[in-house]
Amino acid sequence: MDLSTLFLLLDSSVRLATPLLLACLAGLFSERAGIIDIGLEGKLLIAAFFSASAAAYTGNVWLGLLAGIAASMVFSGLHGLASITFQGNQLISGVALNFLAAGMTVVIGESWFALGGRTPQLEGAARFQNITLPFAEEAQGVPFIGPLYHDLISGHSILVYVALLMVPLTWWVLFRTRFGLRLRAVGENPAAVDTAGVSVTGMRFTAVLIAGVLCGIAGAYLATGLSAGFVKDMSAGRGFIALAALIFAKWRPWYALMACLLFGLLDATGSLFQNIRILGVAVPVQFMQALPYILTVVILAGFVGRAIPPKAGGVPYVKEQ
Amino acid sequence: MPDAANTRLAGLMVNLALVIVAAAVIYLGLRWMTAGVEALIAPATPGRDESWPLWAQVAQLVYLILSSVLAIGVMALLVFFRAPDLRDAVLVPATSIALAIIVTALVIIAIGESPLQATQVMVRGAIGSGYGWGYTLFYATNFIFTGLAVAVAFHARMFNIGGEGQAAIGGLGVAIVCLSVPLPHWSIALLAATIGAAVFGAAWAAIPAYLQARRGSHIVITTIMFNFIASALLVYLLVNVFRVPGSMAPETARFAEATRLPSAHDIAPWLGFRPSTPLNVSFLVALAACVGVWLLIWKSRLGYEIRAFGHSQTGAVYAGIHPVRIIMLSMLISGGLSGMMALNAVMGEAERLVLDPVQGAGFVGIAVALMGRSHPLGVFLAALLFGMLYQGGAELEFEMPAISREMLLVIQALVILFTGALDNMVRAPIDRLFLYLRKGS
Repeated sequence: MDLSTLFLLLDSSVRLATPLLLACLAGLFSERAGIIDIGLEGKLLIAAFFSASAAAYTGNVWLGLLAGIAASMVFSGLHGLASITFQGNQLISGVALNFLAAGMTVVIGESWFALGGRTPQLEGAARFQNITLPFAEEAQGVPFIGPLYHDLISGHSILVYVALLMVPLTWWVLFRTRFGLRLRAVGENPAAVDTAGVSVTGMRFTAVLIAGVLCGIAGAYLATGLSAGFVKDMSAGRGFIALAALIFAKWRPWYALMACLLFGLLDATGSLFQNIRILGVAVPVQFMQALPYILTVVILAGFVGRAIPPKAGGVPYVKEQ
Repeated sequence: MPDAANTRLAGLMVNLALVIVAAAVIYLGLRWMTAGVEALIAPATPGRDESWPLWAQVAQLVYLILSSVLAIGVMALLVFFRAPDLRDAVLVPATSIALAIIVTALVIIAIGESPLQATQVMVRGAIGSGYGWGYTLFYATNFIFTGLAVAVAFHARMFNIGGEGQAAIGGLGVAIVCLSVPLPHWSIALLAATIGAAVFGAAWAAIPAYLQARRGSHIVITTIMFNFIASALLVYLLVNVFRVPGSMAPETARFAEATRLPSAHDIAPWLGFRPSTPLNVSFLVALAACVGVWLLIWKSRLGYEIRAFGHSQTGAVYAGIHPVRIIMLSMLISGGLSGMMALNAVMGEAERLVLDPVQGAGFVGIAVALMGRSHPLGVFLAALLFGMLYQGGAELEFEMPAISREMLLVIQALVILFTGALDNMVRAPIDRLFLYLRKGS
């Protein structure tokens, strides 16, 4: 494998890792606050649809992004209503939201565009264009560093950089602010937070809505950055891979970045190379596709470093009477 | 004792009479309202490419809400005065479903179609002909198996979301049995395939169950992961191992003619089933599974332990119930039931293993189990309703192309949302109503 192929592979990995990373951080906020979110997939899908639709109508991708975030936040609100306000089962609520998104996107899409569940092809200002960082062209001549900067670091859409910046931001918010301390405490021991006079309901709703915003950006990137429009079921299990990455990362932001890049790399390898041989044995494509899930099960099994979820995850908080 | 027996019999007769009266009131009320709203909106029926005027849509919505209030209200009175125990089993699910129907109607209205017309098309398509019944019951068979699977796990307070993968691997079991063993007669083939399906389905549930029982890994996450792994595995096997040489299609060879399960047309042609009907003898296996699960959960020692464990893990452990054993057994039974879905879909209909033989039925099982309150009778009724929805939905797509087939997913999502996640929201007003009635009397 030569250097340019390697850069091509890594470049593709970063693109494919971006929606995973945003969704994974969304799950991180939610689950750190004690609300398990298996509805990430549904939020990605609904955000992708509404961002592509709004971008197609208005021709402005930023309005598309806003629409995607709004749609995803509505879903988050529903999840919060079910699992926080009415103390329902968070897992069941998540499952319901996934189906709701899978159904609604096609039903509404058919009614609006009549293109078999697709949105019209997006062009120009209706898509997030790749941006070239300063000096990328000039530096191309420098050996190794030039192509690295030009091919890998430069030339992504703005949302890729936003996603990467979200990692330190998430870390800072969760581990260096009072808000983050309370958010994590709500996920570990809500009664203690309640005793301290902080609203558990308020904290959990905030966390769930932040997750909505992040999923909204991820969905918008899928439909207006990575591809040029919405296609039926375009999230294709990415929400679940993000969930897997979250467990893989043991609910920590920096590890989340690593896990998502790894899963992005697996995805990119699978789509760039049809035949992979490791030590003379052909590795089936399907194995590469299943690898994120297999790795997650192995991690969950606790054979390779134990993944311990937030203690109060999945348990509705009932205030003492 | 004859007096006591007489009193009980009299009480039963009164209850029966009241149920009949209530059903008649609901039926006549609905008929009257339907006729009224149909006459009202008839002059506003739009042409082919127009949509309904707003007032006609609002009239339909009001009709739906009023008819729900009528049906639920009559049921509530009956339950309150005659059978307060049935509040959770009848009234709460009925209200949830009414809410799901109303929201679905809102969606249909939003895309400019008529919910009333859609309902009529669906009901006619699902149960208006032998053809429709054949498909309705075929789908219901799938949903009974997957619904029972989720229900058994629910009793042990576990959420088996892996029905999709377990059923696919169950299909693998069916295919291996049917292709590798020369089976002389369909009855023997059915028996062998049932064992194959159940064992393979259970095996696919065994790893997540073991990880939950021994290592505490969350069963929901592991079963989701196993769904994806199953689908990748199936693609690999169909493309590389089972594919017929020279064929491009990723599917196994057709099963031998001797293993073909008798269809409803073979058994009961006088009921109006067509030769092409997919409904087959595995429907009877599904009914037997309902009875079996009922016996297991309510009449057996293991079932008692499963329920005890589901109510309180610490309590169960205190009573000498071994948690690892209960988690493993309930998940194995659950996986086995999911796997048996393949009898109907793989052996009964396709007669070969194709890519994605499950078609989302594993997930429908979640809605079915929630709606049926994890009781076999409830699961059967809910599966029948979802069978009607699926067959009716296919007809709907044909007759009203503006409403796409994915509307089924929306309905499924709303049923799961209202009967599962928003249960407390539905329950609270009913509790308040009962409290109010009690104060009044």
